[in-house]
Amino acid sequence: MSDNTSSGKSTLLSEPAPLSKIGWLEHFLGPENYRIVKGLLKTPASILGFVLIGLFIIIALAAPVIAPPVGNDPYKIPRDGYSSEPRPMMSAWERGVPPLPFWWKAVMKTDNWVHILGTSQGQYDVFYGIVWGTRTAFRTGFIVVIATFLIGVIIGSISAYYGGAVDNLLMRIVDIFMTLPFLLAALIMAAVLTPKIGRSLIPVIIALITFGWMGYARIIRGDILSIKERDYIMAARVIGVKDGRILFRHILPNAIFPTLVLASLAIGDVVLSFAALSFLGIGTQIGYADWGQVLSFARNWISSLTTYWYIVVWPGLTLVMFVMGWNLVGDALRDVLDPRMRGKT
Amino acid sequence: MTNYIIRRLLLVPVLLFGVTILVFAMLQFLTPVERSALYVRDVPKNDKQIQGIIKMYGLDKPIYVQYWTWLVGKIDRVSGERRGGILFGDFGYSRTASQPVAELIKTRFPNTLDLTLWAIAPVILIGIWMGVQAAVHQNGFIDQAARIFSIVGTSFPTFVFGLLVLMLFYAHWHWFPPGRVSDWASIVLYSGSFHHYTSLLTLDALLNGRFDIFLDALRHMFLPILTLSYISWATFVRVTRSSMLETLRMEYVTTARAKGLRERDVVNKHARPNAMIPVVTLAGFQVIGLLGGVVITETVFNYPGIGQAAANAAAQLDVVTTLGFAIFNGLILIVANLVVDILYAVVDPRVRLS
Repeated sequence: MSDNTSSGKSTLLSEPAPLSKIGWLEHFLGPENYRIVKGLLKTPASILGFVLIGLFIIIALAAPVIAPPVGNDPYKIPRDGYSSEPRPMMSAWERGVPPLPFWWKAVMKTDNWVHILGTSQGQYDVFYGIVWGTRTAFRTGFIVVIATFLIGVIIGSISAYYGGAVDNLLMRIVDIFMTLPFLLAALIMAAVLTPKIGRSLIPVIIALITFGWMGYARIIRGDILSIKERDYIMAARVIGVKDGRILFRHILPNAIFPTLVLASLAIGDVVLSFAALSFLGIGTQIGYADWGQVLSFARNWISSLTTYWYIVVWPGLTLVMFVMGWNLVGDALRDVLDPRMRGKT
Repeated sequence: MTNYIIRRLLLVPVLLFGVTILVFAMLQFLTPVERSALYVRDVPKNDKQIQGIIKMYGLDKPIYVQYWTWLVGKIDRVSGERRGGILFGDFGYSRTASQPVAELIKTRFPNTLDLTLWAIAPVILIGIWMGVQAAVHQNGFIDQAARIFSIVGTSFPTFVFGLLVLMLFYAHWHWFPPGRVSDWASIVLYSGSFHHYTSLLTLDALLNGRFDIFLDALRHMFLPILTLSYISWATFVRVTRSSMLETLRMEYVTTARAKGLRERDVVNKHARPNAMIPVVTLAGFQVIGLLGGVVITETVFNYPGIGQAAANAAAQLDVVTTLGFAIFNGLILIVANLVVDILYAVVDPRVRLS
C-alpha cells in the first residue's frame, strides 16, 4: 500500500524483492493509483487530450516569444488605434507596433508585424489576446482548482471521519451551496465583490471558489467512508493513534488520489466558467487578455458576423480546443474510476 | 414510501433557511445606502430620503434584526402597506430595470419557461432514441457518432456555439433572428386586442388564433432551443446509453431472448422501460438546470428571460436585482428538486429503501 511507501522507516520496505519486479511508477503510486494512470494513457482519445493540453502549456510558457508584449503590463492587449470596427486578418499594424519576435522573418517573410488574426472591436489584436489569454486561463484554472480542492478535501474528510451530527451539518451546507445554479451564483458573487475589489481576476476567482468546492467534498467523503472501515484503520485505532494522525497519515493518502485526478482535470471546466463570466461582462478590465472577453467583443457585431467571422471563430476555436483537451482525458478517467470497470484494464 | 417523503420534506425548510442565509450574507458586502434599494418603490430623490429608509428599516441595526426585516418586511405606518419582505414576494427595486424586481421577474419568467418547455422536448426524444441505439449497437456507427458528438458537445461552450450559429443562421442566411418577436408582432402584442391568458407567448398566440405570431415566436426561439438542446443532449445520450447497456446485460433480458422473442420486442418492451429509470430523473434535473442555467443562452440571443435580466443586472453591478433573482431561483429549484426526488422514489423502489 502506498501508506508504507510514505513512511521511509518501515521494515517492510527493506525487503527489496517485490520492488524490483514492478516499475518505479507503480511502486511510487501504489497498485490502485497506478491502474488509474495506466488507464489514462491507454486510449487514443485521452492521448489526443494530453497532446492538446501540452500544446496549450507550450503556448502559455512561450507567450513572450510568440507575441512580444508592448508596454509594462503584458496582459493588456495592445491596441492599434481606437476605431470600433474590426480589421481583417493580416492587415498591417500601424500604431504601437510590438517588437518583432525572432521567428517572424523566417515564417512570415516580411519585416512588418501584422494583425495575424485581425483586430476586434476597439482594435484589440485577436492573436495577442489568444496567446496571452492562455496564461490567464492556466492561472485562474490552477488557483481555483487548488483552492476548491483544498476546501473540498478538508470539509469532506472532517465530515466523513467524524460522521453523525458533524457529517449531517456539513453535508446540508453542501446541499445549500448546491441549490443555486453554479453560474448564476458565481455571477452574483462576482458582481457583489467587484465594487469592493475593483475589476480584476480576483472577484471572479473568489466567486468560482466559493461555489466550486462542493463536488470534491462529496467525492472524498465517499472514498474516506469506504477506507475508514478497513482493518488497518481499526488496528491503528486500537493501538491508540490520535484522530488527526489517523486521518492525515492513514486515511487521506489512500483516499485522495481519485479526487486529485478529478480536480486536476476540472481546469477545463473552471476556464470555461471563467470565460463565460468574462463574456457576460463580469471580471477583468476591458482589454485584459482573456478568451471570454475577446469573444465578448463580438457581441456588438452579430448582424455582420459574415464579414467579421474571425473575431468569433479563432478565440472560440481556442476555447473549444482547450476544454476538449481536458474533457478527452476526463472521459477516459471516468471509465477508469467506474467501479464496474475494475479489473478489466 | 411515506417515510422517505417525510424525510425529504424535512429537508426543505433547512434548504430554504440556508439559501436565504447565503444570499443575505452576500448582501452584507453592500453599504446600507446600497441596501436601501431593497425597500423602495422608486428611485430615492435625495440623501435625506435614503437616510430615512435606512432608519426605518433598521439597516444600521444588528444583523439578525436586519435579517428578520429582510424576510418579512415592515408595515408602513401611514398607508398600512407591507414594504420589503422576500417571503411576501417583495425583492426590492431594480435600479437598472427601473421597476420592482418582482415585476421584472413576473414579466421575464414566462419567457424563460416558454423557452425551456420547447427546448426539453427535442432533447428527450432525440437523446433517448440515440442513447438506446448506441447501446443496442454497441461500438457500432451510431455509438461512435454519439460518443464523438457528446464529447464535442460537452466541450462547446454555450456562448461559442451560440455565436457560431448566429453567424451562420442569422448573419449569413437571415433565417432565424435573435430577440423575442419581430417588430410587427410586438405591436400586435401590446395593442390590447391580444389577450395574455397564460403569459407563455407561444401558447397565447395559439389561444388568440394568431398562428402568424406563433410561428414568428418559434422562429426567434429556434436558435436558443438549438443551443440549449445541443448542450444538454450530450449528457442525455450518455446516461441513456450506459443505463441501457446495463439493462441489456440483465438475466431477464437473456430469458426474453431465449424464449424466442424478436430482438425489437426485447429491446423496446423488456429492456427500455427499465433502462428509463435514471433517464426520467435526468429529465427532471435537465428541466431544472435549464430553468436556472439559461443565463448565457438568453444573453447571446438577446432573449428577454430571467437569465438575461440577471446577467444584465450583474454586469451593471446592480446587486439587489441579481440577489432577487438568486432568491427566486433558489425557491424554484428547491421545490423542483423536491418533486424530482419524490418522483424518482416513486419510479425506483431501490431509492426509498436505501
